Amino acid sequence: MTLAATAAAHGFLSPTGVEIAFLLVGIATLGAALITVTTRQLVHAALWLVVALGGIAVEYLLLTAEFIAWVQVLIYVGSVVVLLLFGLMLTKAPIGRSPDADSGNRWAALVVALASAGTLVWVVVDAFRATWIDLDGAVQGSTATLGRTLFQYWVLPFEALSVLLLAALVGAIVLSRKGGEGKAPAADLRSGAARTGTAPREEQH
Amino acid sequence: MSDTLGIALRLLAVFVVFLVFPLVIGQTEHKVMAHMQGRLGPMYAGGFHGWAQLVADGVKFAQKEDIVPAGADRRIFQLAPAVALLPYLLVLIAIPVGPHGAVGQVVDAGIFFVLAVMGVGVLGSLMAGWASANKFSLLGGLRTAAQLLAYELPMLLAAASVAMAAGTLSLPGILDAFHWWWVPWQIVGGAVFFTAGLAELQRPPFDMPVADSEIIFGAYTEYTGLRFALFLLAEYAGIVVLCALTSVLFLGGWHGPFGLNGLGWLWTLLKTAVLAFGVIWLRVTYPRLREDQLQKLAWTVLIPLALAQIALTGVVKVVIS
Repeated sequence: MTLAATAAAHGFLSPTGVEIAFLLVGIATLGAALITVTTRQLVHAALWLVVALGGIAVEYLLLTAEFIAWVQVLIYVGSVVVLLLFGLMLTKAPIGRSPDADSGNRWAALVVALASAGTLVWVVVDAFRATWIDLDGAVQGSTATLGRTLFQYWVLPFEALSVLLLAALVGAIVLSRKGGEGKAPAADLRSGAARTGTAPREEQH
Repeated sequence: MSDTLGIALRLLAVFVVFLVFPLVIGQTEHKVMAHMQGRLGPMYAGGFHGWAQLVADGVKFAQKEDIVPAGADRRIFQLAPAVALLPYLLVLIAIPVGPHGAVGQVVDAGIFFVLAVMGVGVLGSLMAGWASANKFSLLGGLRTAAQLLAYELPMLLAAASVAMAAGTLSLPGILDAFHWWWVPWQIVGGAVFFTAGLAELQRPPFDMPVADSEIIFGAYTEYTGLRFALFLLAEYAGIVVLCALTSVLFLGGWHGPFGLNGLGWLWTLLKTAVLAFGVIWLRVTYPRLREDQLQKLAWTVLIPLALAQIALTGVVKVVIS
């Protein structure tokens, strides 16, 4: 994608409405994400994850990447979170606090999270610091543009990702079949594996 | 200024459709089911063939006490009906009813938008099922989730086939590219899409999540009053959305047969109404599918059919281009 590089005409001190909205949605998303990892109520965590993922979809929309935004809602909010909730309901998630919803690894997790966040922010800022999206011109994140870019310049990474997801799918089936070899429950396990496979399968499209 | 006014008018029209059409379908269901079963259905409210029955029902629902069970998760319990209903309002904005931009808002990736937002609606049922603190509700929620995971994929694949045929993801764009021979070409995909959509709406014969003879009313067991009415409204709004989408994607929307395009939006309404009648008819005709039959139908019948349709679409597309 070619972004209009007209940094000279823009400054950080006179933000437009879109930029303010982008910041506010970003803060809300960050807040939802923080609650997701700190709340003691398991299902609440899954539902706050919906808010965080939805917030990211709104950010994509504000960046004119419409197609990515809807795919984000379709895959993450519509499928991955439903899968999470399905799993939580199977494991008897109680209403109210779960006393064991904590981990001794919390400090290690915090360090890893901060390090990866720092790396991502640094890379993105370094790459796009002086790049501005021209909101008045043609839409730059439209489906047609994205499809052309994806299947002309990025087709090899795309196919590699497909193979990776296929491998994950096969791996999930193999793992879930391990226990009930040749017994009656094998059929149940198989359909369970197929269900878990839904999310990665969809991500290929 | 006229732009703002135009947008406001469009949104108002979508909102009116959202308020009126589900009620019309609900009333039609009362009457059609009654006549198919050799009854009369509601006859008194409003005078003429009980046309105001649903209005009276609405007044009744509004008067009832709004109860939240003591053990329930209050906030989520109360939020769930809104999460179930609002996505359908958003989806209606993107569905074109007539030629020349008769649509609430043109969305570039329209198919993805409608399918994504419809999927969010199911979160409402899951929230209701979990937050009710009731084992029947929880079972209903579980069945809803299992059903959604199974039927989302064939629905997406069938829609992708149409997008391939038209070469665009925008709903008005698909209608602009439509030719009459698309109907036989995409008929299998259409059947898969409609069936999977019925399952996503939990309409009979796919109403295992609310099977009243086993788990009372599934995720909605603990609801009373207006919140219960909102869930019912979400079901009927879902029928409107599914039928309108099927007619837009697979039956040509505002295109009439034999080049009779003059009626425009009336064709869309007519096709939607016929499909909605079919939905009601299926409810009266077919017994409920068992849970394993549900899963089997999705994974062994609908997904292979949808994949075959995509292959067929690809082959024909390459041959004619």
